[in-house]
Amino acid sequence: MPSPCSSPRLLRHGPIFFAAFLSFFVSLGTLPAKAVEPDEVLQDQALEARARHISEGLRCLVCQNQSIEDSAAPLAKDLRLLVRERLKAGDTDQQIEDFVVARYGEFVLLKPRFEPHTLILWFATPVVFIVALLIVVLAYRRRSAAAQLPPLSKAEERRLKRLLEDR
Amino acid sequence: MIAETGHYALILALALAIVQTVLPLWGTRTRDPQLMAVAAPAAQMQFVLIAIAFSALMTAYVTSDFSLQNVWANSHSAKPLIYKIAGVWGNHEGSMVLWVLILALFGAAVATFGTNLPRELQANVLAVQGSIAAAFLLFIITTSNPFIRLDPAPLDGQGLNPVLQDPALAFHPPFLYTGYVGFSMAFSFAVAALIDGRIDAAWARWVRPWTLAAWMCLTLGIAMGSWWAYYELGWGGFWFWDPVENASFMPWLAGTALLHSALVMEKRDALKVWTILLAIITFSLSLMGTFLVRSGVLTSVHSFAVDPARGIFILAIMGIFIGGALTLFAIRAPLLSQGGLFAPISREGSLVLNNLLLVTACAAVFVGTLYPLALESLTGEKISVGGPFFNYTFVPLIVPLLIAVPFGPMLAWKRGDIVAAGQRLMAAAILALVVAVAVLAWQQRGPWLAPFGIGLGIWLIGGALSEIAFRVKLFDGSLTDAARRLGNLPRSAFGTAFAHAGLGIVVIGIVATTAWRSESILAMTPKESADIAGYQLTFEGVAPREGPNYRERVGLFKVARGGQAVTTLEPSKREFTVERSSTTEAGIHDSWRGDLYVVLGDPLKDGAYSVRIYFNPLVRLIWLGAVVMFIGGGLSLSDRRLRIGAPKRAKAMGQGLAPAE
Repeated sequence: MPSPCSSPRLLRHGPIFFAAFLSFFVSLGTLPAKAVEPDEVLQDQALEARARHISEGLRCLVCQNQSIEDSAAPLAKDLRLLVRERLKAGDTDQQIEDFVVARYGEFVLLKPRFEPHTLILWFATPVVFIVALLIVVLAYRRRSAAAQLPPLSKAEERRLKRLLEDR
Repeated sequence: MIAETGHYALILALALAIVQTVLPLWGTRTRDPQLMAVAAPAAQMQFVLIAIAFSALMTAYVTSDFSLQNVWANSHSAKPLIYKIAGVWGNHEGSMVLWVLILALFGAAVATFGTNLPRELQANVLAVQGSIAAAFLLFIITTSNPFIRLDPAPLDGQGLNPVLQDPALAFHPPFLYTGYVGFSMAFSFAVAALIDGRIDAAWARWVRPWTLAAWMCLTLGIAMGSWWAYYELGWGGFWFWDPVENASFMPWLAGTALLHSALVMEKRDALKVWTILLAIITFSLSLMGTFLVRSGVLTSVHSFAVDPARGIFILAIMGIFIGGALTLFAIRAPLLSQGGLFAPISREGSLVLNNLLLVTACAAVFVGTLYPLALESLTGEKISVGGPFFNYTFVPLIVPLLIAVPFGPMLAWKRGDIVAAGQRLMAAAILALVVAVAVLAWQQRGPWLAPFGIGLGIWLIGGALSEIAFRVKLFDGSLTDAARRLGNLPRSAFGTAFAHAGLGIVVIGIVATTAWRSESILAMTPKESADIAGYQLTFEGVAPREGPNYRERVGLFKVARGGQAVTTLEPSKREFTVERSSTTEAGIHDSWRGDLYVVLGDPLKDGAYSVRIYFNPLVRLIWLGAVVMFIGGGLSLSDRRLRIGAPKRAKAMGQGLAPAE
């Protein structure tokens, strides 16, 4: 659960300022390096930062919705070390992600990939929003149309005139 | 003998719940006042019976009666008294008894204080409550009976999961359940109105206090859970987007929406059909929360037992109640009359926007929580949905909502003036901008968006203050006049201001701690020092210590700031001998700047220890904000006009809550 704005990743994925602004708040409870142990930290600061960033998106497989960055479980430690080894070997972030997914399945990713079987997941919220908005707008227009009284018919006008004259 | 009394009371309560459901419903069908009159005493007796059962279970826990299987499995004679008591609901069976106890309490309250309700409405409401109670009592007695005996009785129990032996968590379930179950009142009223085919403003005035009380408890319950996660799980995170957390967050979002739409219904007689639907949705989500946590669908500390029979039973309860209510809604809703008209820019319009965003945000959490379960059961494919997903779906809905919040109370009913509202909020907007720019200039590290997040929090707080200032006409006229007006403001005005300002406080806490947290991960040998966020920590060494039911290894850290001793922190690792598991206890020093948070890790070579030190700036504001929101709810609840019994005085209302022109 990273704060995406602190990383270049967001700038790649969310070009719009507004989206970036929104995503900031995101990071409910998402703080840097929680379980990393002293012996794991890489000397190269740029590599270490990349390692942390990758770790934030990988799930600790034996925990409840915690990233390997947050988890003190031995398996999470192994994965953190694995990520660092691949980094030192010169892999790109994407290559490391693919490597881990090939080994552990897509379950390991905290942010599911955008693929046919996750289309519903990703599109459900925007669709709900648009449908709800349409319902609100239509209900409003129907209500205001119903509130507009129809103009008087010829017969009604004659009757009104007669009533007024009778007074 | 005590346990058998409790068991018997539980069975009697089930029988009575069936009576409470059938007779009053029959009475309202046949217009028989005597049958309708059964409802109130039945609901009161129901409470007495379940209270007897609950007390019997609690007695068994306090006296460590291990001949009860439930006590044996979840308690131990060496456990401190508070955790013996909390142990009652620290397990599946006991927590379900607590659930029905709270349900019966609400039912008894309607029976006792609802004497001025229309007779049919009261009978129908209590009948619906009775049916929920019957379903859950049947569930308890058939699948989750806490009164089953063991023969021979074991000498001692197995203890309670150590991570649950914690003061905040001891009281987290009762608050959470009061929230969940409180929404059953809104549900029962909604279904009763649908059965009756009639709904009016008095209905909303009745539903609102119950919803408000439930919402308050849920807010506090969630905050307690998050606080516990913060200090107990050992790395200072406070929200994980874990399915179990989401399960309580969804009813909160829907309940917040319900609170606001019921307001429109009460004041303006509009949004009736929607409010009814929302009441059904909110309680459905509460039921789903219970289902998710209790059925063992999710594996975590929260699912105490994995038993498919229970899962299917709760699923059936959900199906019957949600399906039944929605069917009734589909048939009856078209008959309900539509209420007052309003322009898009108006108080009503702003509350519609509130509902639109909250409900969609709730849908985002819903999809993110349930989609992985659905996908796995349909295709066998396993995916994870974690924080990053919610960053892209939930947050884009919540931020516009937060920006819009201060406008709502500034707009008039029916037709508002957005420009005038904007002018009244000018001071808050300028203040927010100034703070954002100042923070931007001051911050040395962290995302450049963080200052705007702080600005948003200030905007919410400033907006809440502006509303009060505007309503007492602080800047036109003398201060004494303003003070007099302040005294005359209805409490619900302060309730709104507190709740909205509390939200702003939460936002500031989340943003600050997320953006500016500092950390230091070290291998420390005794007498070594470390610097973080202006503090100097000296590691004095590690000593063993004995607790009531655990042994711990305590690290001693002297903390100084600018050369002056501040405090001594004692983070520890606890080994629970009976339960054979361990917990990490962080050492936390809190100040207004933030929390210094020290975690003792494992021993390394050469007498060194792995130590993690964090500084979490302003993190306390997250829970402080939740408490402020709770107080806001309490102020609104104490408003004379909302007090139970007020429904008849409809005419006298209005002037207080209507925005000053």
